[in-house]
Amino acid sequence: MMWFNIAKAQSFMPTQGTEIAKQVDNLYGFLLVTSLIGCLLVIGGMIYFAWKYKRKTPNDKTAYISHSTFLEFLWSFIPLVIFLGVFAWGWFIYHDMRTMPKNALEISILGKQWAWEVQYKNGFKAVNEVVVPINEDVKLLLSSQDVIHSFFIPSFRIKQDAVPGRYTALWFNANKLGEFHVFCTEYCGTAHSGMIGKLRVVTREEFDRYMEEGQEEGQLPLAKRGEKLFALKACASCHSVADASVKVGPTLFKKFGADEVLTDGATVKIDENYLRESILEPNKHIVKGFPTGVMPTFQGQLNENELSALVEYIKELK
Amino acid sequence: MSTDSTHGTHSAHVAHHFKDASQQYESGKEGIWLFMVTEILMFGAIFVAYAIYHHAYPDMFAEGAKSLDWKMGFVNTLVLIFSSFTMAISISYIQKNEQKKAVIALGTTVLCGAIFMVIKYFEYAHKFHLGLLPGKFLDVAGVGAEHANLGLYFGFYYCMTGLHGLHVLIGMGLITWCMIRTMRGDFHGQYWIPVEGVGLFWHIVDLIWIFLFPLLYLVG
Amino acid sequence: MANTAAHGDNYINFEKGLWSWFTTVDHKRIGIMYFITVMTFFAIGGVMALLLRLELFAPNVTQGVGQVLKNGDTYNQILTYHGAIMVFMVIVPGIPAILGNFFLPLHIGAKDVAFPKINLASWYCFMLGAALAIGTFFTTKIDTGWTFYTPYSIRTGTATAMMVAAAFIMGMSSVLTGLNFIVTVHRLRAPGMTMHRMPLFVWSLYATAILQILATPVLAITLLLLAAERFLGIGIFDPKLGGDPVLFQHFFWFYSHPAVYIMILPAMGVVSEILTTFSRKVIFGYTAIAYSSLGIAAVSFFVWGHHMFVSGQSESAGILFSFLTMLVGVPTAIKMFNWVATLYKGSIQFQSPMLYALGFMFLFAIGGVTGIMLAVLPIDVHFHDTYFVVAHFHYVMVGGTLMSIMGGYYYWFPKMFGKMYSEAGARMSFVFIFIGFNVTFFPQFILGAMGMPRRYFDYIPAYETLNKVSTVGSWLIGIGFLIGLYTIVQGLLKGEKAPMNPWGSKTLEWYTPSPPPHDNFAVEPVVTAGPYEYR
Repeated sequence: MMWFNIAKAQSFMPTQGTEIAKQVDNLYGFLLVTSLIGCLLVIGGMIYFAWKYKRKTPNDKTAYISHSTFLEFLWSFIPLVIFLGVFAWGWFIYHDMRTMPKNALEISILGKQWAWEVQYKNGFKAVNEVVVPINEDVKLLLSSQDVIHSFFIPSFRIKQDAVPGRYTALWFNANKLGEFHVFCTEYCGTAHSGMIGKLRVVTREEFDRYMEEGQEEGQLPLAKRGEKLFALKACASCHSVADASVKVGPTLFKKFGADEVLTDGATVKIDENYLRESILEPNKHIVKGFPTGVMPTFQGQLNENELSALVEYIKELK
Repeated sequence: MSTDSTHGTHSAHVAHHFKDASQQYESGKEGIWLFMVTEILMFGAIFVAYAIYHHAYPDMFAEGAKSLDWKMGFVNTLVLIFSSFTMAISISYIQKNEQKKAVIALGTTVLCGAIFMVIKYFEYAHKFHLGLLPGKFLDVAGVGAEHANLGLYFGFYYCMTGLHGLHVLIGMGLITWCMIRTMRGDFHGQYWIPVEGVGLFWHIVDLIWIFLFPLLYLVG
Repeated sequence: MANTAAHGDNYINFEKGLWSWFTTVDHKRIGIMYFITVMTFFAIGGVMALLLRLELFAPNVTQGVGQVLKNGDTYNQILTYHGAIMVFMVIVPGIPAILGNFFLPLHIGAKDVAFPKINLASWYCFMLGAALAIGTFFTTKIDTGWTFYTPYSIRTGTATAMMVAAAFIMGMSSVLTGLNFIVTVHRLRAPGMTMHRMPLFVWSLYATAILQILATPVLAITLLLLAAERFLGIGIFDPKLGGDPVLFQHFFWFYSHPAVYIMILPAMGVVSEILTTFSRKVIFGYTAIAYSSLGIAAVSFFVWGHHMFVSGQSESAGILFSFLTMLVGVPTAIKMFNWVATLYKGSIQFQSPMLYALGFMFLFAIGGVTGIMLAVLPIDVHFHDTYFVVAHFHYVMVGGTLMSIMGGYYYWFPKMFGKMYSEAGARMSFVFIFIGFNVTFFPQFILGAMGMPRRYFDYIPAYETLNKVSTVGSWLIGIGFLIGLYTIVQGLLKGEKAPMNPWGSKTLEWYTPSPPPHDNFAVEPVVTAGPYEYR
């Protein structure tokens, strides 16, 4: 531990999951100590003078000190040196952060309202969960299909916006096993705060096994595939499935076969066709009490097989 | 109210918070110049955006420029330059107390503005007729555009010329106001600052067109 | 029309009736009209802040108090209105349009600002913009955040265009005020009032006015393009049509970063006035403070990219913007140290304006050093868009600007209304606001360091304790402002008559009756010395 870490910068930061995180915390520790000294000088000086030169009589004589070039030079030059010092130090770390390693394991991440879609090189897709091997360079290739999102792993001290219409990237080399939070830090609408993913750092063997399992999922039963799709398309951000709680949209729990009242007062029985229509033309029949225009259409984004998988999954929610 | 002007007399009218006519004149002039700075900065930003996209899609911009009629734009340039001239001489007439001539010069300026807008109207109407509309209204297949985002060019075209056209209209209104007040005898050899201000505005509007014309019509 | 005996002896009773206020061109009356309207908007924005904090009292999974608001959309809307109202309708016009309008001419010995009618027009612009902005609340409500980032603002089905038009018109009001101030400072100074004899408040308003003139037009065109984007779909900011959403951020911050200094520079000016008066001492380093305002204004145009370190701009751009941002720190540091040095060997009195000024220095020091942290590249990568940033800008905007607005109101209250307020009430209000502020926002630094992103309707349970503390703090601030409101109203209704110069200050406005007459000074003052000649 370095001397400037007496401020214990890392003690209220999340765990350090990478080498860079450690470097960032060191710099932060230094900044905390210098800031503390700076604040002590200003605030302490202010309080001391205010107490010492408190008005004693209504006609106190005060000193007439208009300026002191030397002092003013001193307290602009010293901060300047410190500022440039931390700037250079920051540059050094930032350069490491932004220089993409060669031969890194590449994973594509697609941000969308309101989930992260993760795709590995072998075609395996997952949602809101990134699995990476420990002690290996990993490069995340970010993009977005709707609005700007930002991929943030607090424990790694890295963050990068996912901008529609272009690719951005970040890299890391995790040196701790475990699960870490992934947040979206660019405001993206209704369920921005629910757009939470996790990053799992595992051993190389476990990672290989995870990849293999992923490839086998094509043979899953229909409802299971529907469940996967349900997560992948981020339906769960707005529709609850485990209980009857209401999120952005109506719950789907135990809804199949039930009657639902629509905004125009009509009643509709929830069957396969109503589900299908609600996926493809969501704004045609809105359930009473919910706003129009929130759910995007999935027309053209799902094929027939996928549709029936989803319908099958919703049927089995009991 | 104490700032009320005393009309009709041929002496400088000085608002209560100014010491003398020259202080009032200098203040007014500086205020107008500062306002012009904001105008230039506003158009400056849209020029920057234009430059960025022109750099990104030079071919698409060339295609867009080709569909404009540079002759009409050129005539409009001449009309505006001439109107700037008439605007300038009207001020010098007022300074010499030749209000009649000044009114004629101002009237010519308004007329030039009107000619400019009429030509602009024909240009717009022609574009609408061809279906060359901005952004999402441009039917790429319908007009047979080579570049799918030609709507961006026309987005710039309509935004820039539209904003400029709006300024021309405002300018025409202001000049008409100056004309009426000159006829009433409010402006004379001792007091002409509003006319000078409006004139400056008109010159800037002119100047912006002189940049718009080559950028939109000629640069390919 | 001359100032005859038929009129009253001060600007308040100079003319009678409500209509005389709506048609007035007196800078003092316009200042008062801004005061009333801005404070109303401040109350609305404040209530919204309390609602936001209430929602964040506990995570939504907690039974009972977890979820207060209907859903995420409601939260996002309130968040947007809180931000937009506080920025465009409170903090930006807060000091220049109220205290600046009222005191700039008095400070330099002028009878009015250079263009009184334009001054009135700026108030009407402001009101029209404000009406439009509040009007969106009764349409579909907006939820873009006050920054209107594309492509979200293009896609979201809300009244964004109307809000953008409102910001545009309020921007115009800001330009008109700035234009007026520059010309007034250049042309209307009293005999002997050289630039270097102007009070520092005037210097800071002058630097602010330059920023208003140069930055606001860029915001105007950006908002216009955004509106065009929504109506015409031209694709400038829309990636689907080959546009670049990040360009919007460049344009937006090219205005909005200087706008940050539009908000803070006048506050620094007010603090300089209060500190000298209540320590009865000449300001330390007048020239450095005056020119550092201009220095901050100049550099502020070249630092906008520090809002975009993680937006995908190039590494070299990030480095350049980080470097330039460091340079803004220097003139700010000079001001801080010079203020502390001003207290040295003074005769310090702790009236409520002084408490606010000292409170400003305390909070602004913290806001300043955290600003430097955020300018350091890798630190910002971690802190960007987390609660650390929220805490930082509240320390600067509320701890800085709002503290100074309040200090300024109490300082000049006797001059503006000719009455004294209750000192005890003002002090109590300060204590609640100051403590409440730290309780509210200091935990947010830690939350940010822990990684809690901003604009969050809900959060993971790990952040619960600090959020609870923060919410409790917001109640203290609320109580503080209620006491402040009571003090002001009571002062207006029952306050004792204020003397001409209750604080023993040396600047010109204190050498005319309270409240000042319509023409400010019975005899045009002739200035022979600097503003802080306490000998």
